Amino acid sequence: MITVQNISKTYNKGAVKALDNINLEIQRGELFGLIGPDGAGKTTLFRILATLLVPDQGTATVNGADVVRDYKAIRRTIGYMPGRFSLYPDLTILENLEFYAAVFGTTIAENYAQIKPIYSQIEPFKHRRAGQLSGGMKQKLALSCALVHQPDVLLLDEPTTGVDPVSRQEFWDMLQLLQKTGLTIVVSTPYMDEADRCDRIGLIQKGKMMSVNTPQGITSGYQPDLYAVRSSNMYQLITDLRQLDGISTCYAFGEDAHVSVASNSGLNAPAMEAFLKQKAHNNIQITPIAASIEDCFIELMR
Amino acid sequence: MLRALIKKEFSQIFRNPSIIRMMLAAPIIQLIIIPLAADFEVKNINIAVLDWDHSTYSEKIVNRMGASGYFVIKEVAHSPEEAQAALDHGTVDLVVEIPARFERELVREDEAKIFLRADAVNGVKAGLAMNYSGQIISQVNQEIRQDFVQFPRFSPVPTIDISTRFWYNPDFNYRHYMAPGILALLLVMVGSMMCALNIVREREIGTMEQMNVTPVKSYQFLLAKLIPFWIIGLVSLTIGLTVCYLVFGLYPLGSYLTIYLFAMVFLIASLGIGQIVASFSENQQQATLFSFFFMMMFVLLSGLYTSIESMPDWARYLALANPVSHFVDVMRSVMLKGSNFYDLQHRFWALVGFAVLFNAIAVLNYRKRAG
Repeated sequence: MITVQNISKTYNKGAVKALDNINLEIQRGELFGLIGPDGAGKTTLFRILATLLVPDQGTATVNGADVVRDYKAIRRTIGYMPGRFSLYPDLTILENLEFYAAVFGTTIAENYAQIKPIYSQIEPFKHRRAGQLSGGMKQKLALSCALVHQPDVLLLDEPTTGVDPVSRQEFWDMLQLLQKTGLTIVVSTPYMDEADRCDRIGLIQKGKMMSVNTPQGITSGYQPDLYAVRSSNMYQLITDLRQLDGISTCYAFGEDAHVSVASNSGLNAPAMEAFLKQKAHNNIQITPIAASIEDCFIELMR
Repeated sequence: MLRALIKKEFSQIFRNPSIIRMMLAAPIIQLIIIPLAADFEVKNINIAVLDWDHSTYSEKIVNRMGASGYFVIKEVAHSPEEAQAALDHGTVDLVVEIPARFERELVREDEAKIFLRADAVNGVKAGLAMNYSGQIISQVNQEIRQDFVQFPRFSPVPTIDISTRFWYNPDFNYRHYMAPGILALLLVMVGSMMCALNIVREREIGTMEQMNVTPVKSYQFLLAKLIPFWIIGLVSLTIGLTVCYLVFGLYPLGSYLTIYLFAMVFLIASLGIGQIVASFSENQQQATLFSFFFMMMFVLLSGLYTSIESMPDWARYLALANPVSHFVDVMRSVMLKGSNFYDLQHRFWALVGFAVLFNAIAVLNYRKRAG
């Protein structure tokens, strides 16, 4: 459905490398997550796929159409939701939706079935102006507007950034609902915990695609042994562990310190505990754990 | 598609109280205040009189100046210091000093001197003050001479009697001269500034990008911006013409049709300027600065305040390249002279040219995607 081949893009005449030789393939009907921190190049990739930006190098196609040559065809088949809420704040919900439908030469009535799962939630407030909506409602309106012309592909650039945890959950539920209708959905997010909601994810960092796989595929591909370590003095714990030979990474992760150890280093939990006791730590807890996406991301970033 | 775009534009405009206020209040306020206040006629020049002679003739000169309507005798000074102080403080603009034995010398020697000093900070005012007082003094001089010179039957020097008449604005009414120009100004404001701000706002709130991924073509997007402001401009013009009639009793000697025909084309040119400004601005602040700059240039070089004929050559060519100057001239000609379309044909084609040029630049400049 979407192919990206050797795409590169620089800004400021080459000074900033936003995308560096990206390759990607997304299947029809897939819910694909593009995950990476701010400034990783997610938005640049979205803007290229949405035909708003011309890449310096490489080719990309959406539904078989080239993003540079056949941009007109693509604009009819995609629904794009930029990272920032960008609907008309002085128009009502209904007016915004009607307007976006009309711009694509269609009407709300014709596509009601498509948008119903989302639109029905905000329909009771349809005469309220978009500028006065809550964050979650704005999100639903933007999604409805992106869907109203029955696109084949949804490109959602950081739709959950700045949205409360409950609305985020709701939003992902809606996406999974939409996926069932056969839509191909590409979502970008800086939140690693949302990765599990996707069929496949791409981890992107500093313009480079580090890994593309299913969330399980990525976590099971995690090589080192991982431990969650705890003691009463967290800060001292991390500083001490970082000095221990055989530990490759050690970072704070919620209430624990996640410690990765190369499997062949010979370092194990009892050895670590002995080291920490010697460093006068109390209440030491060391638990072997399975890697999360975030652990994989940190491992890949090394 | 275009209908939907225009409908959206109108519902936004009617929800924006500042646009409505601008549309209704601007023509009324501008038309009433500017022509009444910005009067170029210099009246009420304050003078100080320093009369060392205290003779019949010196008194005659002073009285005549006071009665002329141009001067107000603010001070009768008793020493040069006093007169100078008044000039320094700005309480008077002109000091008229009549030396002692003025009358005696005039009679005996056939020659006498009067000393005029003007505050030249305001050059125009000083020049006019000198001019007016010079005229009055020479008039008095003439009369005095006639009193004691026995003329021969026919004047030895032939005299030409000049009689003047002001055509097209018989009362020499400054307001009638300004009001049509202000109407022109109004249309540029609606066309360039309001339109530019509106387009840039879409860029600012991100809807422009959202629009760019739709099948809307750039000419459709721009046309949808152009048409509502074109209509608003014509509404503003109508309000302005009504105010002209109601407040100043001024109605065009020519036809309203000519005015509207030119206004329609001129508005398209102004909207083109607005779109160009918008294509160069990232946000509303930049757009305001840009259009302010354009407005200043266009308006000050338009002949609205200073006549184009008295500008240096290069500025006159610049005025030819200025749509506002063409339209100001059209408005004045139609309103005051009753010119018709055929008299102003060359202006019409010039405006058509500007309209096409500016809008072509705007469409070419509006890119739906960045490189």
